[in-house]
Amino acid sequence: MKEIINLPVSKIEEEEYHINMGPQHPSTHGVLRLVVSLQGEIVKSLKPHCGYIHRGIEKMCEKDTYPQVIHLTDRIDYLSAHINNHAVCLLVEKALEIDVPERVKYIRTIMDELARIQSHQLWWSSFGMDLGGLTCFFYGLRDREMILDIWEETTGSRFLQSYNCPGGVMQDIHPNFQKRVHSFIKTFKKKIKDYDRILSGNVIFEQRSQGVGMLSKEDAISYGVTGPSGRGSGWSCDVRKNEPYSMYGQVHFNEVLRYGCDTYSRYMVRMQEMHESMNIIEQLIDNIPSGDYSAKMKAVIKLPAGEYYQKVESARGELGLYVVSDGNKTPYRMKFRTPSFSNLSVLDHISRDMKIADLVAIGASLDLVIPDIDR
Amino acid sequence: MTFNIYDLTSFDKWIDQGLNSIMSPTWALITEMAIIGIVFLLFYAVVGLFLVYAERKVCAFMQNRVGPNRVGPYGIFQTIADFIKLLMKELVYIKDSDKLLFNIAPFIVIIASFMALSAVPFAKGLHAIDFDIGILYVIAVSSLGVVGVLLAGWSSNNKYSLIGAMRSGAQIVSYELSVGLSLLTIIVLSGTMQFSEIVEMQRNGWFIFKGHIPAIIAFLIFLIASTAETNRGPFDLAEAESELTAGFHTEYSGIKFAFFFLAEYMNMFLVASIAATVFWGGWMPFHVSGWAGFNTIMDYIPPLVWYFGKTAFIIWLMMLFKWTFPRLRIDQLLTLEWKYLLPINLVNILFMAFLVLMHWHF
Amino acid sequence: MDNDSLKARILEIVPDVQQEENKQYLTLVVPAGRLHDLAGELRNTPDLGFDFLFCLSGVDYGKQLAVVYHLNSTAHKHSIVIKVKTDDRVNPAFDTVCDIWRTAEFHERETYDMFGIRFNNHPDLRRIFLDEEWKGYPLRKDYADEVNIVEF
Repeated sequence: MKEIINLPVSKIEEEEYHINMGPQHPSTHGVLRLVVSLQGEIVKSLKPHCGYIHRGIEKMCEKDTYPQVIHLTDRIDYLSAHINNHAVCLLVEKALEIDVPERVKYIRTIMDELARIQSHQLWWSSFGMDLGGLTCFFYGLRDREMILDIWEETTGSRFLQSYNCPGGVMQDIHPNFQKRVHSFIKTFKKKIKDYDRILSGNVIFEQRSQGVGMLSKEDAISYGVTGPSGRGSGWSCDVRKNEPYSMYGQVHFNEVLRYGCDTYSRYMVRMQEMHESMNIIEQLIDNIPSGDYSAKMKAVIKLPAGEYYQKVESARGELGLYVVSDGNKTPYRMKFRTPSFSNLSVLDHISRDMKIADLVAIGASLDLVIPDIDR
Repeated sequence: MTFNIYDLTSFDKWIDQGLNSIMSPTWALITEMAIIGIVFLLFYAVVGLFLVYAERKVCAFMQNRVGPNRVGPYGIFQTIADFIKLLMKELVYIKDSDKLLFNIAPFIVIIASFMALSAVPFAKGLHAIDFDIGILYVIAVSSLGVVGVLLAGWSSNNKYSLIGAMRSGAQIVSYELSVGLSLLTIIVLSGTMQFSEIVEMQRNGWFIFKGHIPAIIAFLIFLIASTAETNRGPFDLAEAESELTAGFHTEYSGIKFAFFFLAEYMNMFLVASIAATVFWGGWMPFHVSGWAGFNTIMDYIPPLVWYFGKTAFIIWLMMLFKWTFPRLRIDQLLTLEWKYLLPINLVNILFMAFLVLMHWHF
Repeated sequence: MDNDSLKARILEIVPDVQQEENKQYLTLVVPAGRLHDLAGELRNTPDLGFDFLFCLSGVDYGKQLAVVYHLNSTAHKHSIVIKVKTDDRVNPAFDTVCDIWRTAEFHERETYDMFGIRFNNHPDLRRIFLDEEWKGYPLRKDYADEVNIVEF
């Protein structure tokens, strides 16, 4: 007791303690361990421990041929699987200077946007659930099932399809594809209004997300926070607009920007992006040109020696693919610049001086997928 | 003996006379108390089980699912199966925990809600304790529940349980103020604290219609404050699954956890029945003064049905809250109480007092 | 700015850069000692303005170890690739750039984890994906692991 009395007052008040939001936790969306240093209820600092799902994908890619690498890229960010595959295909096609048929570009773009919508649906479900509105989880997943059914019919698998291949797609789209996508869009446009009524306009939700987790634009650029998280801070970083690929240069869509820099802005960016994605699909779905679903490729794909880089816009941000090739059929070095890795690095910075309950909201608004971080 | 479903006082008298004729008055009294105790225990258990099932069905309905439908017809035996499973679970003993406090904490919570429930009238003649300070007794006794919560957190020897218990304790104690003050508004209107008299005074119209504006405001505040007091709905930060821990009952397993769980549902039943009694007339049917024919028709429905119907409606509202809204943060929760509900409540009491003085109520 | 003017500007800052052939971006190899100064100039000079480091990779070229920086300017929309190489495979070390671009903090930790390249003045240089006690640097070409890697 004497020791406590003799301590200066500031030292007694500065009792920090560490808690572990362990690898198994309902709201870290995967196996991520956060060691949070708290003072009372306020977060003072945060150390993420990654690597629980590190599978050595980059090392495996050095032994796999380019078509085999596609199957690995599915599993990096499983919610934007199509978009990851698209990056590899674009890089190979650009290096070999192959022009893919128009039909392929249309199909790939539509599949990409469907992937973006279903990723945002899952994000919305888990965001609502983390904040306590447990019903959101069921509504979002129910609507996501429609997209998964469309994919199952065309590609044979609900999830992790590996549908793209260098030169085109594995097989042609199912005859029902256009009809089902139309009916999905019609249904989802009504359902998304429900999402706004449950969460977006709710006073409790606004209080919990406005002013929480402020990320300035300079910090977003410096930390490399791309995607909807960066666009919530007013940084125009959409790869589809800055360096268009496939059909993105020819469709009309808006890049959704918000300047609030807080969790609420990041939330509203993703909600609006779902509308924009549906807009893009509507422009393309009725005009898919007939033709081949794949260009003629050699049996063994060898990239000329050199270094290549390809950027695509995945649902989480800018996915970069850096390949060093020595002329063989396997890449010499393949590096994935994944968006969640950079988004995670900013979590410490924006959670300082926030309450522990806000940490859950901030983590959910950055939309981290842990295999994307760990590869 | 006439068993009149509309007025069970004759049934009570018949039991009383029967017992008094068999044994001495003291023993008759003790036997009566034992009978009431056992009936209450059974009622508590059955209603608790039913409420858990109802919650799962309501939740499923809101989430576009079916809910339990395998165990028994329409899944009505689901809770019994869960209960048996909990009974068979291993009781994990915590090292270095305070054994006595750890073991009695769940019982304190149950005893508090039990005692409060006994003062609420279910029908004319089905009223276990009829104090003349009924409302005060109920508020006082239900406050004992917070002692159980704090003891549970403290005796678990776990810093996260302690934090959760402190938060829960702060929340419950703050919102008790609002609960008490909103009930005070009705006492101002009725002039009495005795439950049976409050129900009788609503014979020609329920208080929520008699007291119009201030009574409606008082009811809304009571609804919000009692949802917060029972740690339910958007105010369940202390025990939320996606927060750090399960709050004060992290270290409890098996039957002790079942007690906390049951106590939470019975607390919900308790506040719903108090709201039904004080604002919506309790077991009194819906009467409009002056419409004698209408009133006679309303009287055909037995009082028990009225009572359980009103309570069920309010419970359904509280379940709707839980499954719709996201959670409030602890500081937002306390701000809501101290900066918004409390001032509104105080002004409302003044307003109601003014109303009563000027006879501007129905 | 197009590639030629960029190259001219950088030659003013660091005269002994060498250009490597690349169809996509202007690729320059910078001596390791000048990396930090060049990085600072690239970021802070208004007409260069490279504020977005969009990829930091380690590469094992067989004899040399290298770190490759892909930079982009959000204002001027030009991109550039900077490489630093070293022959030292026992104790490779470069200067950190995480005081210039904060995203480098995690990326440099990953490069250390996978290649063993140290970064001077890094605030928290430790392994990020593998255990603290892991021996060896997996992405190097001479990494052998009988337990975890199956050679066909």
